[in-house]
Amino acid sequence: MTAARLTPEQVVERFTTRFGDAIKETRIGERREGSRKNPNYNIWIDIDREALKPAIETLIDIHFPHLSVISGNDLGETIRLIYHFSIYYGIPHGEYMVTLAVQIPKEDPTVPTISDLIPGAVFSEREKQEFLGIKVTDIPDDRRLFLPEDFPEGVYPWRKDETGIPDSMVKDLWASGRPTDRPAPPAEEKESCSLEDESEEGGDTPAEGERKETKEAEE
Amino acid sequence: MSEGTGKKAPYTIPIGPIHPALKEPVMFTFKMDGEMVLDVDFAPGQTHRGIEWMGMRRNPVQIVHLTDRICGICGVSHTLAFARAVEQIVEIEVPERADYIRTIIAEFERIQSHLLWAGVAAHELGFDSLLHLTWRVREQSMDVIENLTGNRVNYGIVQVGGVRRDIVPEQHGVIEDCLTTYEGLLSKLLVLFLDDKSIHLRCRDRGVLSSEDSLKLCTVGPTSRASGVNMDLRQDYPYAAYGDLDIKAILPDQHMGETRGDVYDRIVVRLLEVGQSCGIVRQCLDQMPAGPVTGEPKIAKILAICKKAHGEAIGRVEAPRGECFHYVRMDGKESPTSWKVKASSYSNLMSWIPMLKGEQIADIPIIVASIDPCLSCTDRVAVIRSGKRSILTKEALHRMSVEKTRRLQS
Repeated sequence: MTAARLTPEQVVERFTTRFGDAIKETRIGERREGSRKNPNYNIWIDIDREALKPAIETLIDIHFPHLSVISGNDLGETIRLIYHFSIYYGIPHGEYMVTLAVQIPKEDPTVPTISDLIPGAVFSEREKQEFLGIKVTDIPDDRRLFLPEDFPEGVYPWRKDETGIPDSMVKDLWASGRPTDRPAPPAEEKESCSLEDESEEGGDTPAEGERKETKEAEE
Repeated sequence: MSEGTGKKAPYTIPIGPIHPALKEPVMFTFKMDGEMVLDVDFAPGQTHRGIEWMGMRRNPVQIVHLTDRICGICGVSHTLAFARAVEQIVEIEVPERADYIRTIIAEFERIQSHLLWAGVAAHELGFDSLLHLTWRVREQSMDVIENLTGNRVNYGIVQVGGVRRDIVPEQHGVIEDCLTTYEGLLSKLLVLFLDDKSIHLRCRDRGVLSSEDSLKLCTVGPTSRASGVNMDLRQDYPYAAYGDLDIKAILPDQHMGETRGDVYDRIVVRLLEVGQSCGIVRQCLDQMPAGPVTGEPKIAKILAICKKAHGEAIGRVEAPRGECFHYVRMDGKESPTSWKVKASSYSNLMSWIPMLKGEQIADIPIIVASIDPCLSCTDRVAVIRSGKRSILTKEALHRMSVEKTRRLQS
């Protein structure tokens, strides 16, 4: 494992030689922090949807990757899904981030599941289904993950088009009052304080004051 | 989960879903055969707050204060991860001194988080005097954090480009005192936790996660290290000042001579990391360079730079519970186009399934707690037995756990 550690350029080369035209773009980011300015490498590879799974297999051949998470952007016509992996963990200063990104059209927002290769990916795939409105084919568990059961169908919080969160779900919530389709609360609602009580209370004070005054006057 | 299994085993036991103290409230459904857990399922997101959605409508300087409030314990990890992602996009250079201050705060956060966890673990086992001891000694790290940042919880110390407060020489004494106390206490804590017969009986070989499962389920932090996976961002992918320091991932076999991946190993890793963190803070104080603490002191200027920035970046931080990951994409607008927050527990939750299978009801609290998810999900348990439904409170479940400890002791 350690003996044959590839350089970031060699990792990119593995992908470009194997996938050729399926690779849209590659980029190696470098960040140096602290006094010694040791470099950290982030490898970004934009790839066709069809080549996603073979690409992950290639990554597994290099070093079994840790999947951090799958994130995504709504780019208007397409949705970009971004798979963040890291390889060579366990080697001091040796880890690389390898990010594979696929763009999928909104008319056909499907992507194959990678959970057969990395079982832990199901969690993130379920989240992307509900937040970006994509369809992960052959996902072993396609229930919702974070959104509540009564969240409306066809609304995807991270979308920037008409299927995103509508204003009616956000704005002026105070004006909408308590939802009418919910079960009654277990405890009876308290009677609202009437303003009259307050004015009565307000009336008491001068009366007390008066009494005091009369008391003083008596003394 | 199959419903309506009727009077025959397996029984279905739901646990959850929420407790006010829990960051990620979870609804568990256990399929039980008598005392034995056959299968586990869980549904997170019981109080999803839509923080990413909120962030995509705010500017980075506002988000920094939002990230402080994602988690009540990892107050600095999220902010640091987010700030590092933004700094990479807008290409702000962070001064070296700021990197060291960030590291010191992050390590104190780890110390207080691990001690908090150790106390909770002791409580789950029915060892409340140890809970009180660990939580009392934890206060000193909270006091140091308050001294350094001004706050106990939402630190508000990290800003895009650096930190908002310097550490002055007068504060070194407070830090030094705290480190000396913890280094002296550590051997005592190790004896109290690891040499205790009851803790040994309750935790050894309970909730085992193999290193293979750990890799496949993408677990992070002390949970994966306890399963023997050598993985620590501070060592593998050093950020802030970690690249300058001598850091080696803590694995259970360094202390115990073997790795079993059980609850006991998770205790070993976390306690040893308290000592490691003390060492890291010491190294930081010795090596801390002089200079400014922020690359751009004017907030308005940071906002102006961010508004023009295009690009995407990743910020990763080793939080007390493992990798904390932020992805940010900015397209020349005031607020980011995309922002994804991946907290460390997000990666660790799936490991509950192999850990809990085959274990007993009384072991659920300590195993659930062992990945440090803020375990209050065991607040309310409804047990369906013979078709009748009864509610088991967290107290009842906790009592069962305590009783098991007593049984083992006698």
